[in-house]
Amino acid sequence: MSILHTVNKSPFEKSSVGSCLAHALEGSSILFYEDAVYAVLKGASIEPLVAGFDGVKLYALGADLKARGITDDKMIDGIEIVDYAGFVDLSAEHDKVQAWV
Amino acid sequence: MSEDIKKFMYVNRRAPHGTIYAWESLEVVLIGAAFDQDVSVAFFDDGVYQLLKNQDTSDIETKNFSPTYAALGDYDVTKLYVEQESLEERGLTIDDLMDLKWEDEDEDWAEKDSIRVVSRAELSSVLDQQDVIFSF
Repeated sequence: MSILHTVNKSPFEKSSVGSCLAHALEGSSILFYEDAVYAVLKGASIEPLVAGFDGVKLYALGADLKARGITDDKMIDGIEIVDYAGFVDLSAEHDKVQAWV
Repeated sequence: MSEDIKKFMYVNRRAPHGTIYAWESLEVVLIGAAFDQDVSVAFFDDGVYQLLKNQDTSDIETKNFSPTYAALGDYDVTKLYVEQESLEERGLTIDDLMDLKWEDEDEDWAEKDSIRVVSRAELSSVLDQQDVIFSF
């Protein structure tokens, strides 16, 4: 059963991102949106956690990256940017959604 | 009246856009600027994200208040303390932040940097010197 994990809290303010990363199994996907998009910044102290994944696909919502001034060159490699329609597609493609609120 | 001037510090520890704290703080700083106090603003923890360059909220359909930080100098809010450790933890440097300036009327309107990057210890000391602290 594949899960789409969605996270919307800053990794430095709440434990949601860390806990999500710790619980995500191979074959699942993680979508960072709202304040969780700060998790994709290159060079941050949590980069080894975020970048260290095999078999888990990582996504970030483009509109939230743009709002926060996170440009492509500042992002950890291998994270795919999706728009709102892509968010819906991901929700439909996975068996269920776990929201790390 | 000079003996009535107090040192006001506005503390920003939250990221912008996800919650209303950052914008509310900015509004209060601008309102407070009308009272001729000695104002400082601190950005640490997630608050450093408020000053990132290139913020564009058009696709999330909220007000983009980030250009307003550039106007703080015109309201004599010229001391913006940014904590070095908070930047480093988040993979950021001063080059990732907006280039905020103010004009010093005592020096023929020379342009000066508003942002002062300080260590955690220095920031603690600046906080300790304040008369009033507003937290956001």
